[in-house]
Amino acid sequence: MASQIYQAVVDGILVGGVYALMAVGLTLIFGVLDIINIAQGVLVILGAYLSYSLSTRAHIDLFTGLLITIPVMFIIGVVIHWAFIRRLRGSERTSMTLLVTYAAALIIEGVLYMLYGADNVQLKASYTTSSVHLLGFYLPWIYVYGFILAVVLVLAVYLLLYRSRFGRTIRATMQDETAARLVGIDVNRVSALTFGIGVAVTAVGGMMYGATNAFNANSGYDLISRLLAIIILGGLGSIGGALAASVFMITLESVVTIWEPTWAIAVFYAALVLVLVIRPQGFFGRKEVRAQ
Amino acid sequence: MRPSLPWFSKTALAAAVTVLTAGSLAACGTSASGGAGGSSKGPISIGASLSLTGDFSADGQAFDKGYKLWAKDVNASGGIGGRQVKLTVLNDASNPNQAVTNYQTLMNSDHVDLTFGPFSSLITTPAASVAARGGYALIEGAGGAPTVFNSPPNQADHNIFDVSLPIADEMMPFVDYIKSLPPAKRPKTAAYPMAQDPFADPPVQAAQKALQALGVKTVYSKVFPEEVADYKAPADQVASQKPDLVVLGSTDVPTVGAFMQAFEQQHYTPKMFIPAAGPDQGQAFTSAVGAANANGVMVPNGWFPGYANPQSQQMVKQYVKTYGGNASGVNADVAEAYAVGQVAAQAVKATGGTDNAKIIKYLHSGASISSVQGPVKFDSLGENGAAAAFIFQWQNKGNYTQVLPAGASGSKSILATKPSWSS
Repeated sequence: MASQIYQAVVDGILVGGVYALMAVGLTLIFGVLDIINIAQGVLVILGAYLSYSLSTRAHIDLFTGLLITIPVMFIIGVVIHWAFIRRLRGSERTSMTLLVTYAAALIIEGVLYMLYGADNVQLKASYTTSSVHLLGFYLPWIYVYGFILAVVLVLAVYLLLYRSRFGRTIRATMQDETAARLVGIDVNRVSALTFGIGVAVTAVGGMMYGATNAFNANSGYDLISRLLAIIILGGLGSIGGALAASVFMITLESVVTIWEPTWAIAVFYAALVLVLVIRPQGFFGRKEVRAQ
Repeated sequence: MRPSLPWFSKTALAAAVTVLTAGSLAACGTSASGGAGGSSKGPISIGASLSLTGDFSADGQAFDKGYKLWAKDVNASGGIGGRQVKLTVLNDASNPNQAVTNYQTLMNSDHVDLTFGPFSSLITTPAASVAARGGYALIEGAGGAPTVFNSPPNQADHNIFDVSLPIADEMMPFVDYIKSLPPAKRPKTAAYPMAQDPFADPPVQAAQKALQALGVKTVYSKVFPEEVADYKAPADQVASQKPDLVVLGSTDVPTVGAFMQAFEQQHYTPKMFIPAAGPDQGQAFTSAVGAANANGVMVPNGWFPGYANPQSQQMVKQYVKTYGGNASGVNADVAEAYAVGQVAAQAVKATGGTDNAKIIKYLHSGASISSVQGPVKFDSLGENGAAAAFIFQWQNKGNYTQVLPAGASGSKSILATKPSWSS
């Protein structure tokens, strides 16, 4: 039993890294723009399909391909912001963005169905099925790489936000949009770039998801409720919180699966409710994050 | 301030609708009125709801191809009794509630003459209930779970007719094969991970019961929720037990693929691996898991592209001509859908029209009907008692081969032990 629990904890940590990669963009966009991006799940799948195309048609390695998919996803993010989001204003802005990003998700899903069909595909590389034997367990390389990537990405986004001039403009916009305008910050530009960055980092989550799961255009909808739960638990807008919450939630789910897999989902959301009752702002609540 | 939308957001939303419509709705249109009583002139209008998007979209779109191929073939040969067929398919997005709405639309607004079934047992049960209220027969090919036939509406109205193999006993040829082996060569241990689905569980549970009676020890038997996007945890737990045999209660390719990937990562190859569904999806399966990895993987079903049946061979030829690809890549869903059309056509011919009451009576009469999946003969609950169960196995990196029952026509040698992954 002890070895099963250990295995489940290791699985939870490694798979949690993959979920963190998918959730970071979502929490970044919410933290800066107050936008709940319902299209996040579909954008994960879009990132997976971009990696798939590069891998199968141009034979580019999955990780090397990120050098192409990240900028492409950045451009897609900026275009989505320009097309759907930039003109939304007023008190109902956040709720309107739910509808608008859902519309964007439907368009992207429809285009993906037309381009790739409904059959499931999966990203393949030598490291997607190989593993390293450590302390009596096989650790799949793809998850190890994914976890390292998640830590690096979280650190990079943190440094961008808190140790760069551009990060200061982002945080100024987060704290007070009007004041930011008064000191000469181009808020529209900052918003567009932030949305682009949020979508760009999703390219990494998409590649990881596609390398660990078979997927089609619809697969994103299975993800969105879990990703939202993760960013709420981590603290809306908190980059490090997304990683911590991903690892916590998926590990908990993985351990519960040992005894009763059908309880896993219930425990996943019960843990969310319990934590929010004790700490309504999540692990790393918004105020604390913005005050850093 | 009033929230404003981007100037072309309406265009964007319209584009979304257009894209989705183009991608998911087939040949929509109104039909001549007729309803459950049926009309005797003009084209025969047939309505169906399919999962063209959503969780079942891969199967739903394969079914769509099967229905369309049948309609095309039957119209090319002069229609049914001289009447052309007009097919209306609505997208239920894999949602049972939307399927109910779709069938209400088809019956009450479009007044279709006949209704064909949706994809999956999960959606067939509520769809059949709606069809029964309208007095329609629901001829279907993918609702084979016991819960479909035993549902109260079907027990009362007897309007479901499943042209495919009932799933409850579909693993039995495999159980019989294990039974035929000398005790020393039988698997000693087995794992039974099952997705929470009315289609996936019954055949696996039946196999578990029979195999336990043969002395095969169960080391894992748990149901996992289908909503979980990642199956690594249950798959790793199965791998840690290292059972000789894994009988997986699956409904789709991603579930099977996730278990196979986790097994390979854990350096564990079961001697025998037989999922309930997924490997029957032809090229859709091998392209996701890799042809080499598929070697030795088995699956129960009632049809395969190499089936030595003239109607089946003609359908496969037409499919490849229409949609491209090759014969071994044809999804079993296509044959199930095509057979639905064939059974409906023969019922219309036999009853001289589209009166659903007469069709229901005819289909319950014990008449033997031929289809691309072989003979069809319905019992009182609409199960196809004439369907034969086979076990198929992927062999030689991409050949989908009938292997069980061992003595059956068309069966070839079984790969008794699954080769290690990617070999």
